[in-house]
Amino acid sequence: MSSVTIGLLVAAGVLAVGTIALRLAGVLLRARIVPSERVQELLDTGVAVLFCALIATSALIEAQEFVGWARPLGVAVGGVLAWRRAPFVVVVIAAAAVAAILRLLGLP
Amino acid sequence: MRSLWRAVDPVTARSILVVCAADGIVGFAFAAITVGADLPLWLPTLLSIVVFAGASQFLLVGVIASGGSLLAAVAAGLLVNARLLPLGLAVGDAVGRGTWRTLIGSHVLTDESAAFALIQPSGERRRAAFWLCGIALFLFWNVGVVAGALVGTTIPDTDALGLDAAFPAIILALVLPTLRSARIGRAVAVGVAIALVTAPFLPAGVPVLLALLGVVVGLPPRRASTPATPALEPSGSPE
Repeated sequence: MSSVTIGLLVAAGVLAVGTIALRLAGVLLRARIVPSERVQELLDTGVAVLFCALIATSALIEAQEFVGWARPLGVAVGGVLAWRRAPFVVVVIAAAAVAAILRLLGLP
Repeated sequence: MRSLWRAVDPVTARSILVVCAADGIVGFAFAAITVGADLPLWLPTLLSIVVFAGASQFLLVGVIASGGSLLAAVAAGLLVNARLLPLGLAVGDAVGRGTWRTLIGSHVLTDESAAFALIQPSGERRRAAFWLCGIALFLFWNVGVVAGALVGTTIPDTDALGLDAAFPAIILALVLPTLRSARIGRAVAVGVAIALVTAPFLPAGVPVLLALLGVVVGLPPRRASTPATPALEPSGSPE
């Protein structure tokens, strides 16, 4: 085996072990606690905050720079449709289609 | 698997399939990009099975392909996966008990499976939605990746297909029904602001963790009898 192959294998292995450790830590911690109503409310708020921050950053920023308008506008259209209770399929396809069409029109 | 299909309502099952289809195409692109960067054929497949976290896989391959060190690549991948810990804490009850259940359930914990669990009331349907999404996504993602590694000589332009807008829209559609109180709204507003302000300066994954500080402004009141803080008393200001 070449040193490049070994390096890639080790990198994949370390990322895999680290990732399952992160996942297990959360799940096992949860199995140890019986959250009170207040803590459960805190967890619900936390996951909503986490997801919204994930949505905002992945819609607007990539490699620490603004991604251009097509993606956030597509996500916004999807968001409005979701808010108006459109079917999930419609939300996802509309978000992708808007971003794709805007790019076809030359918007980055 | 069949009993899982029966335990979730048809609307949720269809939604899960849509997510799987979109992620399968992204998996295809991931493998094609990896092989296209002259990295070995086995790498995208191995990563997708043992890591199974899309954003970190893209980061790892991206850093290596652009000449970065393996250490930097792994660190970037782990940082972006750090959010899986709070996610596991929030929806870990959907995993169930037992060693194998805990191991496999933790491995298929993703943004998507957590979000599908989140919107279900507790109990059987919550467990079923989590497991169905987790397992189906694992299958679709890996089929996409294997196909991309084998036939992906032409890399599908996922940006031209708008698929990069699909992921945030998927999570947004799932999380919207949970944003039901002003308290959660306040916490989300502060958290999103923190994430967006810090994102241009910090490595991917960290801004999302910092956003959790927003929870502080969304704290539920401790007890009905808790006295108001002095700042809220009309006569409390000494100025």
